Amino acid sequence: MEQKLKHVDIPSSEITPESLYLSRRDWLKVMGIVSAGALLAACAPKLSGITATGSGSSPETQGAPVPDNAHGQTADEFGNPLNTFDEIANYNNYYEFSTAKDAVASLAADFKSTPWAVEVDGLVQNPRTWSLDELLRFEQKERVYRLRCVEAWSMVIPWTGFQLSDLLAEAAPMASAKYVEFTTLMDEEQMPGVGSRFYPWPYTEGLRLDEAMHRLTILATGLYGKPLPNQDGAPLRLVVPWKYGFKSIKAIVRIRLTEERPQTFWNTIAPDEYGFYSNVNPEVDHPRWSQATERRIGELSRRDTLMFNGYGGEVAGLYAGMDLSINY
Amino acid sequence: MRHFPWLRILVHIIGWLPLAKLIFDFAAHNLTVNPIQEIEQRLGRAALYFLAAALAITPVHTLTGWRSVLPRRRALGLYAFFYASLHFLTFAGLDYGFNLAQILDLVTTKPYIIAGTLAFSLLVPLAVTSFDYFIRRMKKNWKRLHRLVYPAGLIVIVHFVWARKGNLFQLQGDVLQPLLWGLLVVFLLILRIPAARKWVSGLRQSIMGRRRAQTHAEK
Ligand code: HEM
Repeated sequence: MEQKLKHVDIPSSEITPESLYLSRRDWLKVMGIVSAGALLAACAPKLSGITATGSGSSPETQGAPVPDNAHGQTADEFGNPLNTFDEIANYNNYYEFSTAKDAVASLAADFKSTPWAVEVDGLVQNPRTWSLDELLRFEQKERVYRLRCVEAWSMVIPWTGFQLSDLLAEAAPMASAKYVEFTTLMDEEQMPGVGSRFYPWPYTEGLRLDEAMHRLTILATGLYGKPLPNQDGAPLRLVVPWKYGFKSIKAIVRIRLTEERPQTFWNTIAPDEYGFYSNVNPEVDHPRWSQATERRIGELSRRDTLMFNGYGGEVAGLYAGMDLSINY
Repeated sequence: MRHFPWLRILVHIIGWLPLAKLIFDFAAHNLTVNPIQEIEQRLGRAALYFLAAALAITPVHTLTGWRSVLPRRRALGLYAFFYASLHFLTFAGLDYGFNLAQILDLVTTKPYIIAGTLAFSLLVPLAVTSFDYFIRRMKKNWKRLHRLVYPAGLIVIVHFVWARKGNLFQLQGDVLQPLLWGLLVVFLLILRIPAARKWVSGLRQSIMGRRRAQTHAEK
């Protein structure tokens, strides 16, 4: 009940003219691909047209601080327009359902995200289980964040959610707590992908405690002013905008504070490819592909990837003195 | 009637199918919200499928003794090359906007792109010399040259494995498809080893012999 009330607070119409973007961007996409075909035939040396706007020239370029509450914002702090709801809700890396990004939405359509409980335990003074309604009582904010996938595509997404630091403050970490471990629901009945023996289920992720306490780190409960769609990690997911998307774990059922660095899903699969930190970094390539550029969904040309995904002004300090090519 | 080239027509219909589906899905906005990557991946997979089909011709002949599959190999190989070329053009043009500096960097530093490029450069001379003219002129060397398709097939599998997020040796991650295609290609190559080939054709003859004996007995 409460969840509904909270979400009604923010009419989606105020967040962005979603339908407007859809038609304009769709059109651009079609035109772009058609003209690219023409260019292909003409062997033009370089695609022109819609290129990186506002990303600046140097990867260190950082925008203004991210507003605490992005109510009514139609672009990120660089002026990059939001991706449409349809784009965000139909292109999902969510291997619990499928490895095909466009297949997740339908497979997750019947996922049961209420009632929901999140256990917060480990090295905390106040371990306890939180219901979703209780979590929605934390101050819900809108944050427009870029999401940069390790596969080199990206989106701009208007999340609704609350700062993880608010929840952690209630849990009261002990002095010995150094890390936070997150775990996704593992329900073979609802999640067909979990049957695959090729993955170390359940999905787990982790942050250093200071990263978890950072103001930009949120637990998202909605997007575009609506409750979070199942395929985007309903009812509750992490969003850490300066890290590759796989760090932003979905459908969280457990948050545990630890002294040791937690085992994480992709890091277990291929430690040399997916580091614990996995900060967006155009200078440290994935061993197999380049991270220097990315494709913004809806755009034709690649754009330069920004250090810390453009959030360096606020987060670079967390890594002062660390060699980021070793701690990738 | 005996000469109606149905197998040949079938190969050409199947040959254009992936492209037709791509165009259809493009028109229907069915290429995900990241259409360039979807196009690139689909074309790569189509190239692999036809390459595997071309590699399957000899084993199928050994296994079944069906001679009319043999002349279909050339078209299958050329469709593989056709889709590989479109795949490469998509990579260079649509994906990287013909940015030569960036493409050159990827082609020389990224193992999976190196593998793809290597496989493609092995396929180029095969496609170029696929005409009757070269078959006649090159004689024995033609056969020798066209054995390059074996390493090309294996390298494509490496390319496929490395293009996905996973670790084949630990069997972890997105490895199932590359694994199955890899096993198929390796199997098709093994069936060419003279001993395996002899064993298979021996098997066929004994089955055929038994069947003949049976029909005799029934009569
Ligand atoms: C000119 C050399 C080549 C280049 C630069 C190249 C490039 C690429 C790239 C960039 C991808 C990854 C696409 C993505 O996931 O975003 C890819 C995937 C792939 N390529 Fe290639 N490729 C080349 C040659 C080939 C050849 C010759 C074949 C087959 C005959 C092939 C088959 C594949 C397959 C099967 C995939 C995986 C598609 C998937 O993930 O489903 N490639 N290639």
